[in-house]
Amino acid sequence: MIRLNTAALTKAMPQLLSLMLILFLNYLAFPGFFEIRLQDGRLFGSLIDVLNRGAPVIILAIGMTAVIASRGVDLSVGAVMAVSGALAATMTVAGYPLPVVIVAALGTGLACGLWNGILVAYFDLQPIVATLILMVAGRGIAQLITEGSIVTFTEPGLIFFGTGSFAGIPMPILIAVSLLVVAIAVVRRTAIGLLIESIGINRSASSYAGLNSKLLLLVIYGFCGFCASLAGIIIAADIRGADANNAGLWLELDAILAVVVGGTSLFGGRFSILMSALGAVIIQAMNTGILLSGFPPEYNLILKALVIIVILLAQSFSSLGGWAFLKGEFRSKGGKRQ
Amino acid sequence: MTDKPGLLAVEGISKSFVGFKALDGVDFTVRPGEIHALLGENGAGKSTLIKVLTGVHQPDAGVIKIDGQPVAMRDTQHAQHLGIGTVYQEVNLLPNMSVADNLFIGRQPMRFGFVNRKLMEKQALELLAQYDLHLDVSSDLSRYSVAVQQLVAIARAVDMSGRVLVLDEPTASLDRHETEILFAILRQLRARGFGIVFITHFLDQVYEICDRVTVLRNGKLAGSALTAELPKIDLVSLMLGRALAVATHNTRHDRPVPAIKPFSFKGLGRSRSIAPFDLDIGEGEVIGMAGLLGSGRTETAKILFGIDAADTGHIRIDGHPVLIRTPQDAVACGFGLCPEDRKSDGIIGDLSVRENICLALQAQKGWFNRLSSREQISLADKFVKALDIRTTDIEKPIKFLSGGNQQKVILARWLATNPRFLILDEPTRGIDVGAHAEIIALINRLCDDGMALLVISSEIEEIVAYSTRVIVLRDRAHRGEISGDDITTSNIMQMIAAESEGASA
Repeated sequence: MIRLNTAALTKAMPQLLSLMLILFLNYLAFPGFFEIRLQDGRLFGSLIDVLNRGAPVIILAIGMTAVIASRGVDLSVGAVMAVSGALAATMTVAGYPLPVVIVAALGTGLACGLWNGILVAYFDLQPIVATLILMVAGRGIAQLITEGSIVTFTEPGLIFFGTGSFAGIPMPILIAVSLLVVAIAVVRRTAIGLLIESIGINRSASSYAGLNSKLLLLVIYGFCGFCASLAGIIIAADIRGADANNAGLWLELDAILAVVVGGTSLFGGRFSILMSALGAVIIQAMNTGILLSGFPPEYNLILKALVIIVILLAQSFSSLGGWAFLKGEFRSKGGKRQ
Repeated sequence: MTDKPGLLAVEGISKSFVGFKALDGVDFTVRPGEIHALLGENGAGKSTLIKVLTGVHQPDAGVIKIDGQPVAMRDTQHAQHLGIGTVYQEVNLLPNMSVADNLFIGRQPMRFGFVNRKLMEKQALELLAQYDLHLDVSSDLSRYSVAVQQLVAIARAVDMSGRVLVLDEPTASLDRHETEILFAILRQLRARGFGIVFITHFLDQVYEICDRVTVLRNGKLAGSALTAELPKIDLVSLMLGRALAVATHNTRHDRPVPAIKPFSFKGLGRSRSIAPFDLDIGEGEVIGMAGLLGSGRTETAKILFGIDAADTGHIRIDGHPVLIRTPQDAVACGFGLCPEDRKSDGIIGDLSVRENICLALQAQKGWFNRLSSREQISLADKFVKALDIRTTDIEKPIKFLSGGNQQKVILARWLATNPRFLILDEPTRGIDVGAHAEIIALINRLCDDGMALLVISSEIEEIVAYSTRVIVLRDRAHRGEISGDDITTSNIMQMIAAESEGASA
């Protein structure tokens, strides 16, 4: 593979250094941070907790990466999580078998994503507006499904997705990592990754080259909706209930942040799903660290903002050729040579 | 030398970018009251020189003198303050603001802390009246044509700087009539004692309006002379550094028009875009398409390629009826299109040369049938060699290549799909003389190999050189066809001009 070379590693340096720094600070705040133990056939520890809690955002970030790379954004993923969580919980309570529940919940997420995709690709709505519609309406739909109450369930099959484990690894981590591997394989082993980058950089020129950009956008948004419903099922399973008002609240912003921290530009184009996942882990490591350190939770958001500013500045510094700048060799805007 | 002293002069200017010497010891002098052409192939260093003159780049070595006094140009504002105004190739204006706003932005007349619109619009009218431009200065700039926008940009630059005016390819997107208006204004400014630096690719315009010409080649000064003392052929060889070996004489008129025409378009049209037309093209034919801007040339190409769906008509290929509603349909029929607007419809700027070359073939092969890295590299290498695409390596983002090389990459993108019918919309616009000749040679070669081509161009001599038949468009309709020995510049011109007087404004 061309992509796994030292250049890629250098590019990932700001993120890797940030993660290491945050983990180290977490260790200072809580010396037991790196301890991992096996209990009742399942791994426990703060590190495992970071990944486990971070899994929903990792999953969202995978779908969001594709959307952002196509020069779009999906604001509706939090609401879609609520819809599919509500559907899964309500259907479970109504006695539907687990496979039917899962397929229905995932199918609903896919349908929500396709709806967004149709608005963006075929009706040419701006992505931020198109997905805002479902962001607002989705919570209403979720409330209709749960009829305004928090629906709780005790069906062990569904709960397993949130709190179960396989070979010692918690299910959310397992699901997130599997999706990550499959998604990376699909975008890089097929031409889809290149074609997404192409429409993200210049949709008009891509269409002129004979690329079916509408269909591709539809698939991208559909996939993003699918990811959101997967995350929604995990969260519902974790709390053993569906809360139409709060499930996935503001998580679309965490997902977008994870993608940006991972280095994919909001202007579309080059993307890395792996780096977005790393971005999600950085965000979660921060959240966990602040909780562990015993700071009042109010500081959480402010600290998060500070850390993110530092990461983004470091990125823009290195992408603008920061070292050359220090040597007085600053080239304006990509150094057009004529 | 008995020249007047230089208004603006640079001596021994050098400028390097990382690993690349863009300018190497260049001297250049602009005298008051002269129009000075700055020529060179793409990548010769013209843009860099201009950016040094206008304070965008700081030179590594050499001095800049104004009225014989050395100055250190800090930035563009400083340059403007010193009297140097610039109008770039892509006009640097705000289309969503009014004409008056554009003229006075950043220096609007104020009253009580608010912009005094009345005064500003009055001043704007007076300013534009100097150029015989009478616009509604309170309406959005975007309402006016590119040509008018260009003139507004010039008016602004002149008003703000007032001594030296630098024009980077001002005529690239203007038609003949608009160019005339621009030239009238330039002559007027010259009479007022301005020093004007004029960058262009059109050699005819150099001889029409410029007093002096300076040629750059590979970052070095290739020569500087009075236009009147420099024959055109010498100028071209100065630019290329070699004798020009292009067949600019038609070799195709005597060719028999093929009897079987596999590509047949009947009554194809689209309302408010192009009137229904018939077109039959055979293999080994080059159809030239001539006409003024806005005559329906690009619209024809867009319909043939499925970018715009046709309202009427039908298409047969090899006798079989086909439907072309999207570019995918067209590609499936073996079509290719190099669009007119390379930047917005052609290149994928951030993708590498390799990826840009592979894109159309990949789109054709489908999402799941990925060209392997090895296939991509060998394909890119093959075309970089075959078309002499100049790039340091195939992984370089295409946006860093010069216009001519970008055009070759787009051509390579289509040739990789092995098309049967290739549409080229202004394939030689805005590219340097060397690449120009290569593209014309390529058109001839493809035609000899039996490809069917449709070439749209504003350069009539060029059309005469390679076409087997010429279709002339006017007022959004196909008006006539010329073939055989009748293909001459004057015949085409006459057909373009016929009946179109009175509609020229």
